[in-house]
Amino acid sequence: MASFVEKKVIEIIAEQAILDVSDVSLDASLEDLGIDSLGLVESIFAIEEAFDITVPFNANEPEKSDFDISSVAAIVRAVEGLVAGQAA
Amino acid sequence: MKRVVITGAGTINALGQDVAQTLAAFREGRCGISALDFRDVDRLSIRIGGQVHGWDAETHFNRQQIALYDRFTQFTLLAAGQAIRQSGLNFDGELGYEAGVVLGTAGGGVNTWDENYRVVYEEGKNRVHPFVVPKLMNNAAASHVSMEFNLRGPSFTVATACASSNHAMGQAFHMIRGGATKVMVTGGSESMLCFGGVKAWEGLRVMSRDACRPFSANRNGMVQGEGAGVFVFEEYDHARARGAEILAEVVGFAMTSDASDIVMPSKQGAARAMAGALRDAGIDREKVGYINAHGTGTAANDKTECAAVADVFGHHADTLMISSTKSMHGHLIGGTGAVELLACIMALREGVIAPTIGYQEPDPECALDVVPNEARTAPVEVAMSNAFAFGGLNAVLVLARA
Repeated sequence: MASFVEKKVIEIIAEQAILDVSDVSLDASLEDLGIDSLGLVESIFAIEEAFDITVPFNANEPEKSDFDISSVAAIVRAVEGLVAGQAA
Repeated sequence: MKRVVITGAGTINALGQDVAQTLAAFREGRCGISALDFRDVDRLSIRIGGQVHGWDAETHFNRQQIALYDRFTQFTLLAAGQAIRQSGLNFDGELGYEAGVVLGTAGGGVNTWDENYRVVYEEGKNRVHPFVVPKLMNNAAASHVSMEFNLRGPSFTVATACASSNHAMGQAFHMIRGGATKVMVTGGSESMLCFGGVKAWEGLRVMSRDACRPFSANRNGMVQGEGAGVFVFEEYDHARARGAEILAEVVGFAMTSDASDIVMPSKQGAARAMAGALRDAGIDREKVGYINAHGTGTAANDKTECAAVADVFGHHADTLMISSTKSMHGHLIGGTGAVELLACIMALREGVIAPTIGYQEPDPECALDVVPNEARTAPVEVAMSNAFAFGGLNAVLVLARA
């Protein structure tokens, strides 16, 4: 069953992509979903707000960021890590 | 030098959400000033304004657009769309490479500043939405107009407080007259009717609590408005060749700086701007039938402006008509000259002079024909639009009947 984090992240991404949550698959990349660079920073803002976390993401160097955004699944894993780190 | 004409007009302001509604209000002498309606208005001592009520952004823009458009940008896009549609121009071809957009605003995205200062200062949050900067920047409106309509020529934003849109339209005029481009989208917008915006103005102690009564002896200050006015300026031959309807011709423009005081107006600076605009137009002063005054309703502006008009026009000052439509739509600050240009166009096209409403008592220091309270019918060949900004920066346009 999908974790709470997975469900919430998919909701946020679906809202940005103006898609139904059922159309956001875990292996899709943000590009596949039609989310551009502005949509990405808006998604990260929404994730930070939803989980009260700080996402280590610099839009100048997205590829060098510690936060893996290569797919929806990668984002979910990264957020789970940040949420767990916060609880610890 | 090329001739420059106006082939499209659009607006949203407290009097209406298009040009037709606005001109109808001018003819009726209707007041758009009302009780302000926004968060924390009860903490203000000034609670009236020319606010645009019933504005529903969602009927005009989608969610992603709204995330990027401050209220001043929303107003600008609406007005620009109306103007461009009226002009009948399309910028998808070659014309798009030279046509540009130059707009005036004093404050830019004031609502965005206000909302996000609340978030970090009042609510104590440490995170703001990622689009705060692209929403609040003063050139956001001009940039979104350029993107929406494919305007790829000279484009920028002018900020000279209350003269911003006159300065902007003057730049557009110069660019077409000088041959740099055939078409410019130009005008201005403002939206600072929010708690922080009005609170800042309260500090100056120049705001009226009850009404804007320009030139009336019992006037007690200015009333702020909001909205946008946008026009299509086009090279005359280009407009004629395609059979466009010409609303008016822009014939002169001048700008001066008082170089004296950051808030007090100067008779000499205002007079030099009006005289300069007439010289630029090559038009005899007796030809001017109507002046849309800066007419803020403050003691300082109105008597200085009337004295400047008397200096420039001599005996003709007693014959011409001068009115302040700020009495109806309020002072739109950086967008005010653009909305007021509509009154000049109405005078030239329809021979209807918009009144100065709220006028109750003659002031010997403003002893001109201020068209009190009721619109008047009279043929007008040439009209002048004044804007005299805080900081002593003056910009005056002269229009002629097409």
